[in-house]
Amino acid sequence: MMSSSNPNRLNASVRSGRIDRTRVVNCTVDGTTVQGRPGDTLASALLASGTIEVGSSVHRGRPRGILTADCTEPNALVQRLDGCPEPMLAATEIELYEGLEARTLSGVGWLSGERDTARYDKKFVHSDVVVVGAGPAGMAASLAAARSGARVILIDQHRELGGMLLDGQSHISGHPATEWVGRAARELAENQNVRVLTRSAVLGCYDHNYLLVAERRTDHLPTSSGAATRQRLWHVRTGQLVLATGAHERPLVFADNDRPGVMLASAVRSYLNRHAVLPGRNAVVFTTSDSAYTTALDLLSSGARVPAIVDTRPDPPARLVEQARAAGAQVYPGAAVVATEGAPRISAVRIRGLDTGGALNGSPVDVSCDLLAVCGGWNPAVQLFAQSGGTVRWDPVVAGFVPLNTGGRSTRVVGAARGTYDLAGCLAQGFAAGAEAATVAGFRIAPPPVPQVDGDRPGARPRPVWAVPDESRPPEACTDHFVDLQRDATVADIHAATETGMRSVQHVKRYTTISTGVEQGKNSGVNAIGVLAETLAANSPGEVGTTTFRPPYTPVPIALFAGRTHGSLYDPVRTTPMHSRHEQAGAVFEDVGQWKRPRYYPRSGEDMHSAVLRECAAARTGVAIQDVSTLGRIEVVGSDAPTFLDRVYTNGFANLPVGRARYGMMCGADGMVLDDGVSMRLAEDRYLMSTTTGGAAKVLDWLEEWLQTEWPELDVYCTSVTEQWAAVAVVGPDSRTVVGRLAPDLDVSAESFGFMRFRETVLGNGTPARVARVSFSGELAFEINVAGWYGRALWDAAMAAGADLDITPYGTETMHVLRAEKGFVIVGQDTDGTVTPLDLGMDWAVSRRKDFIGKRSLSRPEMLREDRKQLVGLLPVDTDTLLPEGAHLVEPDASRRPPVPMLGHVTSSYHSAALGRTFALGLVSRGQERVGEVLRSPVDGSDIEVEITTPVLYDPEGVRRDGPAQG
Amino acid sequence: MTVLHRVETDLAEADTATAAPRHSPLEHRGAEFERATALGPRGVRLREEPFLTQLNLRVPPDDAVSEAVAEALDLTPPAANKVSGDEGRALLWLGPDEWLLVAEEERARGALRAVRSAQQDASGSSVDVSANRTTLRLAGPAAREVLEKVCSLDLHPRAFSVGDCAQTLLGRTVAVLWQVGPDPEYRVLVRCSFAEYLADLLLDAMAEFLEG
Amino acid sequence: MLLIRCPWCGDRDEVEFRYGGQADVAYPTDPHELDDAEWGNFLFVRANPMGALTERWVHTAGCRRWFSVVRDTATNEMTPDIPRRRESR
Repeated sequence: MMSSSNPNRLNASVRSGRIDRTRVVNCTVDGTTVQGRPGDTLASALLASGTIEVGSSVHRGRPRGILTADCTEPNALVQRLDGCPEPMLAATEIELYEGLEARTLSGVGWLSGERDTARYDKKFVHSDVVVVGAGPAGMAASLAAARSGARVILIDQHRELGGMLLDGQSHISGHPATEWVGRAARELAENQNVRVLTRSAVLGCYDHNYLLVAERRTDHLPTSSGAATRQRLWHVRTGQLVLATGAHERPLVFADNDRPGVMLASAVRSYLNRHAVLPGRNAVVFTTSDSAYTTALDLLSSGARVPAIVDTRPDPPARLVEQARAAGAQVYPGAAVVATEGAPRISAVRIRGLDTGGALNGSPVDVSCDLLAVCGGWNPAVQLFAQSGGTVRWDPVVAGFVPLNTGGRSTRVVGAARGTYDLAGCLAQGFAAGAEAATVAGFRIAPPPVPQVDGDRPGARPRPVWAVPDESRPPEACTDHFVDLQRDATVADIHAATETGMRSVQHVKRYTTISTGVEQGKNSGVNAIGVLAETLAANSPGEVGTTTFRPPYTPVPIALFAGRTHGSLYDPVRTTPMHSRHEQAGAVFEDVGQWKRPRYYPRSGEDMHSAVLRECAAARTGVAIQDVSTLGRIEVVGSDAPTFLDRVYTNGFANLPVGRARYGMMCGADGMVLDDGVSMRLAEDRYLMSTTTGGAAKVLDWLEEWLQTEWPELDVYCTSVTEQWAAVAVVGPDSRTVVGRLAPDLDVSAESFGFMRFRETVLGNGTPARVARVSFSGELAFEINVAGWYGRALWDAAMAAGADLDITPYGTETMHVLRAEKGFVIVGQDTDGTVTPLDLGMDWAVSRRKDFIGKRSLSRPEMLREDRKQLVGLLPVDTDTLLPEGAHLVEPDASRRPPVPMLGHVTSSYHSAALGRTFALGLVSRGQERVGEVLRSPVDGSDIEVEITTPVLYDPEGVRRDGPAQG
Repeated sequence: MTVLHRVETDLAEADTATAAPRHSPLEHRGAEFERATALGPRGVRLREEPFLTQLNLRVPPDDAVSEAVAEALDLTPPAANKVSGDEGRALLWLGPDEWLLVAEEERARGALRAVRSAQQDASGSSVDVSANRTTLRLAGPAAREVLEKVCSLDLHPRAFSVGDCAQTLLGRTVAVLWQVGPDPEYRVLVRCSFAEYLADLLLDAMAEFLEG
Repeated sequence: MLLIRCPWCGDRDEVEFRYGGQADVAYPTDPHELDDAEWGNFLFVRANPMGALTERWVHTAGCRRWFSVVRDTATNEMTPDIPRRRESR
């Protein structure tokens, strides 16, 4: 009795399956409604409703059908259309849900272009023991480890624990194995130290037992399931790792082995027992080992006919042959399927004898069928083992690549993953490994006793056949013997690769594209190695070896890696205490490192150019204010602080009197400019160092490195205080007036408050402050520092104090123009890690009397070259032309045909309100000698003539520094 | 070593009454924190605890000096990765020669002066960093799960519990994590310029529990 | 993601650290006594073995302390740099 929409669904009395028969789930495939049950996959629902054929093959357009029931599927790939469309999903892995819409694909899907609004996130967890795979071995390991009190995480790809136990009819302790699974699952769920992650694939196994696990949390639910996390990437660090990853069945390679209706024997068994679906009623079984006999028996007990079991082995175990015959199947030992027929679904196979040398013999037998269950043997799933640093070897007894060592210091491999296929063996290894892992992790426990089982037994030796010979064609012409179904790659393709001279499996993989599809070799890899070994007349696949097993183990959406790290969470946005004031003033911000700094403050209708000209004019003729809280600040304390600063700065700081500030420059040991800034001497043993906005963390690291690793004898301690201070620069001829109003207790006159001095005071608003006379513009300027939480009040007070003087907030763009007019460099803009202080013409800041970090490098031959690039001013001959930053400079008569010797490049370029023209700074070979020369800058196909000048273009005498005379 | 600068915390003792308004980096987000509060067995809540006094202390590995400094603060030297004292006044271990005093303002009066006087003639340093960081308080049964989304540290009670502290990464910012209660309840000290980012990060991680 | 044992803070993820290259490359007592080739060697030449390398790390996101470990560059196995080992050189 089968329902009309699910003609292939087995009656519950035949197979109960792990489905909910009381409910129907509707989905749409290629526009047609498909009905299934909760518990179905898309593939099992298709099979239940009578569809085995899926999209045709990618290159050759050959009809294809569902081949597997797991993540090794090469054919049944679909595009999910509901929700955010997602390509290349295996129908065998999609749990059915109401409203699922899919389209079958021919090897290629598409990205939708829609924004994926689903939520992806991540979580970090730690564990004493991680067990990967919840088949019998993995469950046994988890139980043993969990009973020790260790923290255990059990991870499995499927919605239910149990693995292969759910696909079969085994018994444990006299009861159906599913009951044991249920009890074990409950025990694990009730243990607070155990976390069970189902629907979760371990994508990769990395250094020091670090696993990435992709958990599918809502993919089995209708897409309207709201804001819940769709997928979660677990970052798992574990002390001990037990890999119970199972094994994947191999298909068989023979002529027309790609016809719909050819299905892995284990998949047939899975559909029968897990989903109560009968994929065919008249099934031939073609096998190289014992396991497919169970499939034949399951088919027979489900009401199907099994007219033939074709076994490559001349002497299959008598027990199995008898069982099969008794149930009604005819066994063909020492034989192979050599051809299939069907239009397109398989309707018949041709069987021939296969002699011990692998050649065909005897006369053909044609058997009609609608299903061909194939078993080419089993591949232990060693991917994660290999990623964890393990080596694999070819085991001729199990005919598969197995771990070389199964009990490393922190990694253990158990069950089918190491070629153990009998249930008792899997349980025994699992219990032992789980107990061992827990014990090594510090939770001593003995392995539990292994229960009595009735299930898969140790198998007889398989006889792998990598490619069944064709009846008429030589291997190089076997263009219909498919090795990689997704890539349409065949035995002939492997021969073509070796014909061109390739021997390495890595080369052959890339040449043929075998194993490069979504199954990543889980289905095709070892067959390809086997065919290659035969082609190269190697003794075994082990001689050929495997390709590298790389993460991810199963395909994963890129969105999962991104997680929540996008938008405002992509990278920290650092803001100052005055940030809201800048927003209210309509500032346009720029990113400086992670900081958001106002770039300029446009008034209505202004573009950047006009805003910057206005802001510059205010700073040069009135008063302007900038938030300089972003500068890095480090307090350097200790009796050796003066000595230390003398060593890290190119110029002297030991002789700086208390109460004064000095500009300093730092170099790397290679003599290249590292950072710069002004440091104040707060006390004999205390300096407050400032760094560039972007350089604070780097400089602190640098100071600590020298203190800890080279000069531990120095009594110096560095403390980062960047955010402790909020600061404004008040700049311009009227700044003295504004600061005088802000700090009524402070004598701000030029006579008593000299340049590069600082004072501590209490501002009129009651805020303690440190006020310094420093200038990055050449104008009279003050920097006012207050505790960060007073920053906003400081800004408000300064704006109020300067209101009648039209105090003008300015941003980084204006700051750049003002400093460039004075030839002040910005480290990182005018320097790039190849520039010394001497290249910048800053000999005045380089001490001759003392040693400092990098000094020795300044006399290296390379540094003494006369053609080094040096900092110069650049004046475009056309005063309105703005040089692009980065533009190259060449000789005026340089050839236009490459190679054209480059003399230098533009590092900074601006319009200047004060100069009434454009100007730039640049680094030019022999620049200091070239002052007065005109060079050429080729820009976008035309030439800009540029005159070389000294870098200081504004107020070279420095008369503006102390402001207007008072009176 | 005994020089105290007028801009350092001790000065504020006299002047807080007349001083300009202080603003903490997250004061404008209080209502948002309230709305993000999840109740029940999977509940979690977030708030800012602004203006805690913080002194960064560098204490050389010399028992006499470290005892003297701790004693000046009426506390015991913290063991590695631990906190001594209570929430109102505590010494956090930040490194082999580095502690952080975290105290309510009224319980920190005179602390900087006391420490500097204990450090006199010894190497070491004490720096007022009260405005350098702000403090977030994350509490509730799901607080650990929230942190596990942004922090790779092992926060399982076996590995991290009340009285433990760590400097580590939360998302992409460095923070000092301090477990203050068994619920669990954490203080997270973060540099002020990163406070908005960290608040965004934690609120995002909390959303799951609000919906649930 | 390496798991690196900070001698002070314990096991932390690699992202909390900055790499400091080969350890035990001492800054010359007087750089100016070195000729250009010797100074160039100090600046730029480092060991690059396949196998054990004593190297420096700094726990930037934690205690900011520098320390040395021995790492097998082929397997990434890391062990603390034992002082005795350093003295023997």
